[in-house]
Amino acid sequence: METLRRYLLGLWAWFDDRTSISFLAKLAEKKDVPVHRHTIWYYLGGMTLFLFIIQIGTGILLLFYYRPSAEEAYESVQFLMGEVPFGWLIRSIHSWAANLMIFTLFLHLLSVLLVKAYRPPRDLTWYSGMVLFVLALTFGFTGYLLPWNELAYFATRVGTEILGVVPLVGESFLRILRGGNDVTGATLTRFYAIHVALLPAAAIVLLGLHVFLVQKHGMSLPIEMEGSDRAKHSMPFVPDFLLRDLVGWLTALAVLAALAAYLPAELGEKADPFASAPAGIKPEWYFMFMFQTLKYLPAHILGLEGEMVGVMAFAVAGLVLFLVPVLDRKSARGESSPLFTWMGILMIVYMIVLTFLGYTMSPTA
Amino acid sequence: METEKAHHVTAGTSRRKFLDWLLGTSVGGLLVAVLYPVSRYIIPPEVIESTAATVTLPINPDDVPPNSAEVFRFGNQPGILIRTESGEFRAFAAACTHLACIVQFRPDIGHIWCACHNGHFDVSGRVVSGPPPSPLEAYEVNIRGDEIVVSRRI
Repeated sequence: METLRRYLLGLWAWFDDRTSISFLAKLAEKKDVPVHRHTIWYYLGGMTLFLFIIQIGTGILLLFYYRPSAEEAYESVQFLMGEVPFGWLIRSIHSWAANLMIFTLFLHLLSVLLVKAYRPPRDLTWYSGMVLFVLALTFGFTGYLLPWNELAYFATRVGTEILGVVPLVGESFLRILRGGNDVTGATLTRFYAIHVALLPAAAIVLLGLHVFLVQKHGMSLPIEMEGSDRAKHSMPFVPDFLLRDLVGWLTALAVLAALAAYLPAELGEKADPFASAPAGIKPEWYFMFMFQTLKYLPAHILGLEGEMVGVMAFAVAGLVLFLVPVLDRKSARGESSPLFTWMGILMIVYMIVLTFLGYTMSPTA
Repeated sequence: METEKAHHVTAGTSRRKFLDWLLGTSVGGLLVAVLYPVSRYIIPPEVIESTAATVTLPINPDDVPPNSAEVFRFGNQPGILIRTESGEFRAFAAACTHLACIVQFRPDIGHIWCACHNGHFDVSGRVVSGPPPSPLEAYEVNIRGDEIVVSRRI
């Protein structure tokens, strides 16, 4: 045992001598995590990261059986679910972890927004996080199509058509994304390339930056606690906080296993480009509030097409959210800024109400 | 001596400038040479779409009872054939004018409906309610014996 220990330490020293990698460990060691009533929110980023790691693992496994073509995609997933030992488990975990990841990501983003942890010098951390958020939604959107089932087919038709209403660039962007004028097998191969190669590469680079920045700047304190006595309570990141993180991760894994086992991912009907959209068609839950909004918009608003106005409004709202570190001047100066708190709360309420309506309203009403 | 040195310096900087310029343009040229083909590559080539103005449906008119509908292929686009309550045949482009979902005929309400965003069209393709901004494109339907021929209006 002792020999093994010495051998490993020697190997580490040899590796560190050549890479100076131990600076990363030092970065983690010097960080302290403040302890106060909002400490719970600090766990959400790590939770999202954990779920992302699960996505990479299960995603690689799914690639062993998946075939990216309109003729074979559905059948290959059917085979995976029905014939491959534990195929249903791997796909169900991938599907559930995706949903949980988006959920924890939403909570992470909204909590950071409400405690205003985006203020400088953590503005770059916010920007990288916002881009990661968009990447996660794109992951969800592209991955949804891959089983090539009816629901996914229409969700993609609508989702890409929405991009087409963007003035000037919309039409060409639509064609590039679909690989033609319609959603076909060409769209499937594109989404596949984006989902399994482009997005993971981009996400890993950005995640590296994001996590590095979090370690470099340490955890943000809510404005009202800065400089107060309450700010003095803290615990070291290694090992105290990290071990608590691990407990959270294990809990997430247990929830994931239970969901995958009891509510395995469904496959539905194979996509048919010459069949009517079925009643009760819905996008993924995290797009529901936008989908529901489009249902309420009239055909024309001030002479413009309703959905174009809606899409542009969401784009502007997204941009405001992205630029919040610049727009919120008060919190950047360390003053409280209730306006931005209320805007954040309003946004959350809007999303919850519209999502609720999307699931409870009769689809034919 | 002074002037000679100054001359030397100017010549040096201009040579340096020239080299920088050369290097800069080469890098720029390289980027263009890489980015142009890549950007052209990701834009899909135009596929010649079926311009057929007429299609004979693989459906027998007697197989479509009144107050029902069938989705058919018009080239590579979906169309919808409707037989009204009175037995008349009508056909429209089946892609909803809102966000291109494929519409369906609802016998319970007797008109066309889009499941995606709850758009309603009457049996003439006009918008009754919901978000669609314009009516469905109507096609000409001709019954020739036991054949249904659908054609684009010119």
